[in-house]
Amino acid sequence: MYLAATRAADGKAVTSPAAKVSGTVVALGLVSLVTDMSAEMVTAVLPMYLMYGLGLGYLSLGVLDGVYTGATAVLRLAGGYAADRLGRPKLVAAAGYGLSALTKLGLPLAGGSMTGIGLMVGADRLGKGVRTAPRDALIAAATPPGALGRAFGVHRTLDTAGALLGPLLAWALLAAVTGGYDTVFAASFCLAVAGVLALLFFVRTPPTVDVKRRAALRTAIRAVTAPGVRRIWLLAGLLGLATVGDMFLYLAIQRGMGLPPAVLPLLPLGSALTFMLAATPVGLLADRLGRWRVFVLAHLLLVGGYLALAGPVRGWPVAIGVLVLHGLFYAGSDGVLMAHAGKLLPGEVRATGMAVVQTTQALGRGAAAIGFGVLTQATALGPAFTIAAAALATAVLTAVLIGRKVPA
Amino acid sequence: MTRRTLTGIAVIALVLALGGGYVLWRHASAATPAATGLDLGRPGSYVYVEDGRVRQGDGAGSTLVGMECQRAYYRAGLLSCLRALGPAFSAELIVYGSDLSERLRTPVWGNPSRTQVSPSGHLVAWTVFREGDDYMADGRFSTTAGLYDLATGLHHGSLEDYTSYVDGERFTAADVNYWGITFAADDNTFYATMSAGGKTRLMRGDISARTLTAIRENVECPSLSPDGTRVAYKQRTGDRWRLHVLDLGTGADVALAETGHVDDQAAWADDRTVMYVKAHEGRPTVFTVPADGTGSPVMAFPGASPSPVG
Repeated sequence: MYLAATRAADGKAVTSPAAKVSGTVVALGLVSLVTDMSAEMVTAVLPMYLMYGLGLGYLSLGVLDGVYTGATAVLRLAGGYAADRLGRPKLVAAAGYGLSALTKLGLPLAGGSMTGIGLMVGADRLGKGVRTAPRDALIAAATPPGALGRAFGVHRTLDTAGALLGPLLAWALLAAVTGGYDTVFAASFCLAVAGVLALLFFVRTPPTVDVKRRAALRTAIRAVTAPGVRRIWLLAGLLGLATVGDMFLYLAIQRGMGLPPAVLPLLPLGSALTFMLAATPVGLLADRLGRWRVFVLAHLLLVGGYLALAGPVRGWPVAIGVLVLHGLFYAGSDGVLMAHAGKLLPGEVRATGMAVVQTTQALGRGAAAIGFGVLTQATALGPAFTIAAAALATAVLTAVLIGRKVPA
Repeated sequence: MTRRTLTGIAVIALVLALGGGYVLWRHASAATPAATGLDLGRPGSYVYVEDGRVRQGDGAGSTLVGMECQRAYYRAGLLSCLRALGPAFSAELIVYGSDLSERLRTPVWGNPSRTQVSPSGHLVAWTVFREGDDYMADGRFSTTAGLYDLATGLHHGSLEDYTSYVDGERFTAADVNYWGITFAADDNTFYATMSAGGKTRLMRGDISARTLTAIRENVECPSLSPDGTRVAYKQRTGDRWRLHVLDLGTGADVALAETGHVDDQAAWADDRTVMYVKAHEGRPTVFTVPADGTGSPVMAFPGASPSPVG
């Protein structure tokens, strides 16, 4: 079979106005669905595997987690630039997915070696860091500019569905085979391989990606620092810097709203479910109203959530309300931001640009998570969230004022 | 549909079928031929946990297989079992009599970590840990330790409800965690570890007064000897723990011959021997070592959470 022939035949289907969301986007969504399932099922059982499967102490896991946070930010930039430099976003994404798949096999093979397990967890994050920007660049390349919000929305819906299904599958496997952590790793590995195969077989590099045009580093830097683009990642970073960390928010909801501690592990599900259900409609809305506008608006919803946590009313309805706002915030700030960046970035540096935007946002949020943690040790929850709401509102106002120049 | 798409579907279906086949095969082979059940009237053996089930044996000869548990402890006719349930951080404590009848079942929120039974066979203690119960970051853990008196029905769900004293002063730090309860013979005194401000302390607990009093620093996961005079515990140096035995009467402290990193609440095989769990070739494995610092560690059998029967 000649690849060129296949591509030409598919090129028509991709650009056909009849297809509301291109096959490439749906295929990438399915790849993310099985990959996220694969990743989340391992995350769900890793503490138990270390404790009961290997006989290692639980403190080892805390060490594991701290080591790799932040490293992904740098790798994301590398993955984005490599995709543009080679002109092969699909290849770079496949390398990232493939590496993560291999770690699912490497984890049980590492046995009781903490170093080996640490390396596998690190390699998995490396794979995730490398693949994210090229994948988003593929989504953007396969979609007409006017429908980017919807395309990213559909992708994020599928992606989040996988993240929700993963732990369920893991628990089902452990229920079927007592102490059978190997079955979880085996199933996770198969799903990850299926994800890589789906990427290779079903995702066609859109004809808009010019394999021959290779972005030099200077071109990439110039494009990313162009005023219109620079404004996006600076503001995304600023808004990230005013965002309370997820774990912190869930803990604040549980304690502040007076909920029993046993609900704490369930709270992220509330946000994720909302995110999953809302991602596509919010993406559509973003195509209509303007993606930057929806992105900023999403942060305004979060200000509302913070105010509710700072306020005097407690109980379940407020907790659910805050979770819904948090999920809507994700629906309006994750894929929508990529849709916005995808439209503004020139095709040959798109992956690099997207990586830069994602990285500043992630770095901002990471710094904020630490900052608000320190703040809450100094003050009570209520005042801390009043300050958080004020900080985020200020950041939103700044974004509105500066962002007026950002094309919607 | 192109040939390429069809090939893709076929290859993916094959990969998923292989994975499903492996799971089915493991499910079929793991279904132990008629769980034999334990025989807690049989002395001279150990109760321990392997592959998520309580087992009874001595590493040689026949092994009895019992209920699903991650942590177990047998003493004086009572078998306590901490079992993780499906969703994260949900578990239950189940206590069985020597005839394996269920005496107590209560939910505990967290992952099973430690459990012990009092010398009288009346009191049961447990420790669970959970992730994410911290303002600062993911991946940090907190613990909750509680106890239950089967004779009276008294239930103290968390030692954080007790009043703590350090150097005679009331201690009220916010970042307090408790773990590793071990009972004395009087059904009122117990020992446990309190951690706060980066320090761990050995606490002596008084159940009727609901108080805890600090008696020594850097003592984790105490385990009282059968004669009640010493505790085996792990002492932290940097990121490593080493097993020690502390004489509660004289304060004499001795490092045991196991020099490796051990993260476990030790159990006493008898007044002279300590049992503990260490990862060995990628599996939790039970070892024994003399309690007076002499000798060297001896590998006993694969498993975790050991305790002697009879």
